[in-house]
Amino acid sequence: MQTQNVLEMQGICKSFPGVRALHNVNFTLKRGEVHGLMGENGAGKSTLIKVMTGVYEKDAGEIKVEGKTIHFRSPEDAQDFGVGTVYQEITLCPNLTVAENMFIGRGRHAFVNWKRMKDDTTRLLSSLGIPARPTQQLSSCSLAVQQMIAIARAIDMDCRILILDEPTSSLDEDEVQKLFSLIRELKSRGVGIVFVTHFLDQVYEISDRITVLRNGEFIGQYDASSLTQFELVSKMMGKALEDVSQIKKHEPSAHDSSEPVFEAKGLSSAAGVKPFDFTIRKGEVNGFTGLLGSGRSESVRAIFAADRVTGGDVKMNGKKVKIGEPIHAMKLGIGYLPEDRKGDGIIAGLSVRDNIVLAFQVLKGFFKPFSRKQAEGFADEYIKSLNIKTPSTDTPITSLSGGNQQKVILARWLLTHLRYLILDEPTRGIDVGTKVEIQKLVLRLAEDGVSVTFISSEIEEALRTCSRLIVMKDRAIVGELIGENLTESNIMHVIAGGSEQTWPE
Amino acid sequence: MARMKSRGSQLFLPLSVLAILIVINLIKGADYFSISIINGALYGNIPNILYGASELVILSIGMTLVTSSAGSQDLSVGVAATITSAVFVWVLVSAGGITWWTILAAFLVSCVAGIVIGSFNGALVATLNVQPIVATLIVFTVGRSIAFLIDGKLSPILSSNLTYQIGNAIPGVPVRTPIILTVIFIVLAAVLLKTTNLKLYSQAVGINQKAARLNGINPVRIKLLAFMIMGVCAAVAGFIAVTKAGRHDSYNLLRNIEMDAILAVAIGGNSLYGGKFSITGSIIGAYTIEVLDLTLLRLDVPTQAINAFKAVFIIILMVIASPAVREFAGNGTNWVRARLGRADQIPTAIGEDASVVPKSDISAKKEV
Repeated sequence: MQTQNVLEMQGICKSFPGVRALHNVNFTLKRGEVHGLMGENGAGKSTLIKVMTGVYEKDAGEIKVEGKTIHFRSPEDAQDFGVGTVYQEITLCPNLTVAENMFIGRGRHAFVNWKRMKDDTTRLLSSLGIPARPTQQLSSCSLAVQQMIAIARAIDMDCRILILDEPTSSLDEDEVQKLFSLIRELKSRGVGIVFVTHFLDQVYEISDRITVLRNGEFIGQYDASSLTQFELVSKMMGKALEDVSQIKKHEPSAHDSSEPVFEAKGLSSAAGVKPFDFTIRKGEVNGFTGLLGSGRSESVRAIFAADRVTGGDVKMNGKKVKIGEPIHAMKLGIGYLPEDRKGDGIIAGLSVRDNIVLAFQVLKGFFKPFSRKQAEGFADEYIKSLNIKTPSTDTPITSLSGGNQQKVILARWLLTHLRYLILDEPTRGIDVGTKVEIQKLVLRLAEDGVSVTFISSEIEEALRTCSRLIVMKDRAIVGELIGENLTESNIMHVIAGGSEQTWPE
Repeated sequence: MARMKSRGSQLFLPLSVLAILIVINLIKGADYFSISIINGALYGNIPNILYGASELVILSIGMTLVTSSAGSQDLSVGVAATITSAVFVWVLVSAGGITWWTILAAFLVSCVAGIVIGSFNGALVATLNVQPIVATLIVFTVGRSIAFLIDGKLSPILSSNLTYQIGNAIPGVPVRTPIILTVIFIVLAAVLLKTTNLKLYSQAVGINQKAARLNGINPVRIKLLAFMIMGVCAAVAGFIAVTKAGRHDSYNLLRNIEMDAILAVAIGGNSLYGGKFSITGSIIGAYTIEVLDLTLLRLDVPTQAINAFKAVFIIILMVIASPAVREFAGNGTNWVRARLGRADQIPTAIGEDASVVPKSDISAKKEV
């Protein structure tokens, strides 16, 4: 019984008009295993999951839950069969309390027992070590905590099959470990877990088996222990992985005496970052690093005046300037790709074209709209040069995959021909191929003389791309690393040490 | 192509409603399109519709902009028009003689009044973040009292021949003046949208205010601007309404027109939650409402019952336009298409529900 498949999918096909999303895909999930589902953006992972959870009806194929053939017609159907899902984007209600979110849409009762709901939530939250109060409004929790609440909710629904679609994309290392111990606990209880992620290390850490999809096709199912990372990536991309070690970062000469492109002294913002100093030179790629919540994002947001600036002096090319609103920063040639793509980046209802042109159009002015032909030209140029996969420039940006949406936002800023580009987690939740593309793009920009600040939760990526890393802790800068001191362990030391420390050059 | 398609689908609803109403009218009597000339001006069903809808069309343009950027509606438009027209009449009467020049001056003063009202609403919405419906409820509640104070409760009568010409017809011009004014206003609105980024900015603000700000747009300014334009629309509508009536009736002037203006925006296929918009849709929507009103009159529906019939019609309309029904209809067409041999283009189409995908689902969730 122990080896019995809890979920079996055979020959699953799913098409949308004009697009074949899944073709003959097989997937099996055993009781008490963690099964990694891997593939690049657009490989069909999301579609397969939506078929599993009843969001989409399959066109063909067979789904068996514990040996019984089943046809899910709706997510409620799937839920009744014990399929629980936590999606990448948080699908809870931000304006309700934590407890309400736990229980919404579950009970089929006319009345609500508020006290029991609160008690149950308290118990569950504390047993999972989630730092939230039941009566707290969900939106006041951090993204990471919201994600954990979504998982707790699914767990509490006694699911036999738990699908985690990129659950770790907004969690820091510590929280990931907490989540993993939770997953192991569930695994020992016999829950089958489907784990989708872009983080290769995490897949290997937690998965027993791995299924790879590519372009909607089933590539294979492997034991995690017998598949090397290199093989896995090759299978996902359909070609040998371009060696990331070949990415050569631009090392500025040690004593660059040129005027900094951007210089800030004692900059602080309403988002609670402590006054900090910051400079960046022409063609330099630097980065902020630190744990989630250390103030990395808040710092760059202060530079761009995305949050209200409360103090500090700013110089651009040696000249004193005032940046009180994002438009001021833009006029000085600064661009900012925000961390929260959905909330701060894309304009969801508008087309790819409008999304690309937006910033440049605003810079040009309210009374000088681009003609349709011009806008079309700009969009086409960047769709081509950044290799954005979109059916047309008129496609709503929301129908693009996450990686392509991110490229659209990148295109938006590149179009403004800026001098200083701030990228806050540009590669989060994006497939390996696009990640490498973005890193290469950053280095190419630097060669062309654009200064780039690059924030990444993946320390390796930050090390690979940045020639100088500013380490943050508790909303203050605690150190700075350059040259050969740029190693993962040094970063850890600075964070752990916490004291003001600057490595010698 | 894609653009034509998406625009076409938005205008499909108002245009088909308009077509149905015209067919009903033609069944009632084939002389529906007949036009007669009285005193040198054109009369008949079509001219009457264009004439009667003038104020509504103008207000619906402003309402569309407010809806797009603020994501909600302005309830005060009819009342604002009553105030601005009271200002207009007051200036005109105090000026002594009524000439083209005093009319122009009075009109401009009333536009200023409209902008002041719009700024008041806009400031509440944009800077204090009061919900638009609540904010505009203030002017809605107090507005007719203010109009009474301005016109001195006297319902002043405009006995001038010139104002009559504006509200009705200028001798020698076959098209009645409000129709011409409406066309001019529509052209001005089109020019405004063509020569500025108002559409892009207000859509961006309406969809995602935070992201709009991070792209250098000032959401406060855009919302304020939308309400100020709304104020000008109200002033023009009030100007037309009062010259049509020949007297300023603070109690009845453009009463309840705000609801029709909101409805026009909705019939035009625009989301009342803001974001993307089509002014063409709203304008067609406004004319559709006027056609509906006149159709009910023509069908000899008793005046007391007209609103009931109108309500029934609107219910039917909203059901047809609802996402649920559209999805169903979309499934139907897809099914037919699949049966007509398009199925071979979809390699995995097996079974009846092949390619049956709710439209909204594709655009929202599909990975490309």
